[in-house]
Amino acid sequence: MPVAQVEKLTARSFASDVQPDWCPGCGDFGIINAVRQALAELQIPPHMVAIVSGIGCSGKAPHYITTYGFHTLHGRALPVATGLKLANGEVTVLAMGGDGDGYGIGAGYFVNTGRRNLDITYIVFNNGVYGLTKGQASPTQIKGQQTKSMAEPAIQDAINPIGLALSAGYTFVARAYAMDPRGLAKILVEAISHRGTAYIDVLQPCPVYNDINTMEWFSGRDRDPRVPRVYDVASEGHEPKVQDPSDAEEIVAKKQKALQYSFAWGDRIPIGTFFQLEQPAYDDIMFSRWPDEPDTTTSMYKRATPGQDISAIVDRLR
Amino acid sequence: MIGGPQGSGINVSAEVFAKACLRFGLNVFANIEYHSNIMGRHSFFRVRISENEIHSHVEPVDLLLALDRETIFGDVDAPFQTHNGHIHRISPGGGLIVDSELDIDPEELGRDDIHIYSLPYEQVLREGVARAGVQFQARRHDIMRNMVSVAASFALVGLDTDPIIAILRERLGERRASLVDLNAAVIDVTHGYMHSLLEEPFGPTLTPAPADGRPHRALVRGAEAVALGKLHAGCSFQTYYPIAPATEESVFLERIQSEFPIVVLQAEDEIACINQAVGAAFGGARAATSTAGPGFALMLEGLGLAAITETPGPVVCLYQRGGPSTGLPTRGGQTDLRLALQPGHGEFPHIVVAPGDLQECFDLTFEAFNWGDEYQLPVVVLLDRHMANSNWSVDGLEVDHLEVRSGPRFDPLNGNGKFERHEVTESGVSPRSVPGEPGGEFVTTSDEHTTYGKISESIENRMEQMEKRMRKLDTIAAEVPDGLKYELHGDPEAEFTVVAWGSTKGAIRDALASLGRRGISANYLQLRMLRPFPAEAVARILNESKNLILVEDNFTGQLGRLIAAETGITIEDRVLKYDGRPFSQTEVEHGVERHIAGGVGRLVLSHP
Repeated sequence: MPVAQVEKLTARSFASDVQPDWCPGCGDFGIINAVRQALAELQIPPHMVAIVSGIGCSGKAPHYITTYGFHTLHGRALPVATGLKLANGEVTVLAMGGDGDGYGIGAGYFVNTGRRNLDITYIVFNNGVYGLTKGQASPTQIKGQQTKSMAEPAIQDAINPIGLALSAGYTFVARAYAMDPRGLAKILVEAISHRGTAYIDVLQPCPVYNDINTMEWFSGRDRDPRVPRVYDVASEGHEPKVQDPSDAEEIVAKKQKALQYSFAWGDRIPIGTFFQLEQPAYDDIMFSRWPDEPDTTTSMYKRATPGQDISAIVDRLR
Repeated sequence: MIGGPQGSGINVSAEVFAKACLRFGLNVFANIEYHSNIMGRHSFFRVRISENEIHSHVEPVDLLLALDRETIFGDVDAPFQTHNGHIHRISPGGGLIVDSELDIDPEELGRDDIHIYSLPYEQVLREGVARAGVQFQARRHDIMRNMVSVAASFALVGLDTDPIIAILRERLGERRASLVDLNAAVIDVTHGYMHSLLEEPFGPTLTPAPADGRPHRALVRGAEAVALGKLHAGCSFQTYYPIAPATEESVFLERIQSEFPIVVLQAEDEIACINQAVGAAFGGARAATSTAGPGFALMLEGLGLAAITETPGPVVCLYQRGGPSTGLPTRGGQTDLRLALQPGHGEFPHIVVAPGDLQECFDLTFEAFNWGDEYQLPVVVLLDRHMANSNWSVDGLEVDHLEVRSGPRFDPLNGNGKFERHEVTESGVSPRSVPGEPGGEFVTTSDEHTTYGKISESIENRMEQMEKRMRKLDTIAAEVPDGLKYELHGDPEAEFTVVAWGSTKGAIRDALASLGRRGISANYLQLRMLRPFPAEAVARILNESKNLILVEDNFTGQLGRLIAAETGITIEDRVLKYDGRPFSQTEVEHGVERHIAGGVGRLVLSHP
C-alpha cells in the first residue's frame, strides 16, 4: 500500500502550492524555508510528518508545507501536538506558534510541555508583537519599548522564554534568527533528531508592526561599525550538551551558563543551541509500562483493538 | 447505612459489606455522600440489599451504624448546623449500632421504637487479636474496626461471615494470610458478641439466594462502567485533570493501563485535556477525556475545534455536580444539560447522550466512539456524581449486542497528494486519513476552510461547509436506532408518564414498581439522546400520554425546556430537586403521588 519513495526529497518536496499571505519581508518565510530544508536533509517523507500550529500569522505555516498539518487554536498547539504524538508516535511532530501564542495565552502549556520531555519539536516565531491583530505588545515586548502601533510604551515587562524553558525542563533549548534560514535549518536538524522535547525560539522580525527590532537592527546595519547584533554562542566556545546526563552538577552548571546567555539582549544577542540533555523521553517511559511488549515503536492507536476483551477486569469487581 | 468522619474507613466497611452480600446472591445498591474535605467531616455510605432487583436507595434505613455522635445527632455543636444526623431516619423496628465508648444514653436518642446495640469496639478488637495469639497494638490494629462494623451488621441481618473472610483473602492475598487470620478472629469475636446481644431476632433479615453455580455477581460503579466501555471500544488515549467526581474513572483506567494499550495522561488543565484528546483523535486514536462541570466549561473551544476540523471524537464524559462555579464539589445534580447542548461559540454538530444505568454507561460510552468515527464530531456522554459514585450489583456487563463500526477512510489508490479531506457529501461525512498514511496528507484548520482544508472566507464555500457539517445531525437522526435515543418503560396506556433523563432512572424504576404494587399505573419516558433530539418520537409519545410529570435533579427543569423548544409541549407538573443530593426511590414515589393528588405544578423536594 505505501508508495515507495524513490526520489530524493528536497526542500521543494515540502513546498505546497498555497501562496503564503504573509507580508513582504516577513521573517516567517525564512522559518518555513528552514523547516523544509531540515525535513529534506533528514529525508523524512511528508506523510510521516505532522505540523501542529496555533493561531496568528505563524499559525498559517502548515498550509504552506506538504506534510500533514493541523492549524488549531490560539495557544493550544502544544496540547494538540502532545496528544497527536502520544497516539501516533511513528510520525515526526512539529509544533509551531507565535510568541503571543506560546508565551501568553499558551504559557501554561509551554511550561508543562517542558515537564514531559515528549519527543516533539516546538518552534516559536518570536517577533515581540501580536501581528494579526495589528501590533499590540506581546509577552516578549520589553518594558518601556513602544512599537509603531502601541498607544503607550509597554508597562508590562517581557518574559525570558529561554530561561523559562530551562526551568520548565526542556532538554533541547535553542534560539535562532529567521533571517538566517541555513543556521535555523541546522539547529532544526539537531532539534528534530533530539529524542525529547526540543524548543527553538526564533527571532523573527515583523516588518509591519515591530519597527524597533527590525531586520536592520538585528543585522547591525543601523550602527557603526555594522556588526550584527546576533551571534552564535558556539563562536564563543559554548558547549551546550551535557556530557554525563547522570551528573546533576554538570546539568546545573550547563543550565546556569545557558541561563546567563538567555538574559543577554541589545548590543549582543546570542543565538544557537543553549542547552541539550539526553534523558529518557516520555514516550520511552510510557512504553516501559508494557514490559512484555518488546515493540516500542508502533503507534498507540494501532495497538488498541475496538472490541477488546474486558471480562478479566469485570471479574475483579466480583 | 454507616456514617462517620471522613477518613474513618466507612468506605472499606461498606464496600466489603456490599460485596459480601453479593456472595449470597443478593442484590445491592450502594452510594456514598461526603464533604469536600479529606479528613474529619461527616460522610455516610448507604447500602441497600434486597432479594429483589433494586436500582436506588430508599428512606428510611433499617440499620444505622454510627462511628461518631455526629452521625446520630448531627453537627449540633457547629456554629451553623448543617444536618441533624440520621437517628430520625431509622425505620421503626430498625437498629442502631454504636460504639459503646461513645457513651450514648438511650434516653437522648428519643427513639423507643428501635433496637440499640452498644458494641464495645475496642473490647472485641482486643479479644479477637488475642485469640489470634498476637499482642494488641492500637496503632496497628485499629484499622480492623472496619471489619468489626461489617461483622456486627452481618450478625444482625442473619448472614454468616465466611464471605467476608473470603473477600479479605482475595484482597490481601496469600502473602498476607496471617493478616487475614487476624481479621477472621476479630470478625468471629464480633459476630459472637452481637449474637449474645440479640434477645430477639433483628427485624429485617435477608435470605441468601440458592447457590446455582453461577459466578459471583459484580459490584460496579458508574465511573467504572464508563471506563470499561472505553476499554472495550479500543480507546487508546485518555486525559484528565483531577476533579470530583470525574477523577475516579481516570484513576481506574490508570490502575489498569499496563494491561491495555491505553495512555492515561494527567494534564495541566482541562484546556490541555480536550486539546490533547483532539490531537490524539486527529492522530488516529479513539480518544477521550473526562471532567466535571468546571472543567467542561474550560473545554468549550476545544469541542468547537474538533467539530470544525471534523476530527473523529473525542469522547468527553461530563460528570455533572452541583454548580454554579465550584458549587457543591462532591455533591450531585443534573445541572449541565443546557451547557452540554451548546458547548461553545458558533454553531456546530455534536452528540449528547445520557446513560441511566450501568449497562447504559457501558453501552453509550462504547457507542460514543463508534459515533465519533462514523460522524467525525465530538460526543458528550453526560453523567453525574450519583452515576459516577453509586454501586450496582450486576451479573456482568453485556457485550454481545455491541458492534464496532468505523467511518469512511481515505483510499490511498485515489491519492495524488491532493486529498480532499472536507469533501462535500450527502451524509456530511468525508473520508479521512491518518498521519503516517502516504498520499493522505492534508491540512485542516479551525478557520473556515475549503474542501481541501485551506482557509477560506468565501461566502459560497462557507455556506457549503456549514451545511455539510450540520447535515451530520440529520444523518445521525436517521441512522441511530430508536432504542439508543429513548425508551418508554412500562405500560404505554398508563395514567401517568414520568419524563426524565440520566441518573434518576434507578429511583424512578424502583418508585414506579412500588407504585405499581399499590395499583397506581405510571410509565416512564427515558431520554438517552439529547442531541440530536428525537423530537418527533417524543412529541408522539407525550401527546399520547395522559398526564405528564417531569423529574429532574435541577432548578430549571432543563429537559423540560428542551422538550418545549423541540416539541412545543410544556410539562407543567414537575418534581425538581437542587439540594445536591440524588433522588431516592422514596422521593420519586412521594413526588409522583403528590402530582397524582393534583394541583402541585412545580414541586421542589429536598433531602430531609
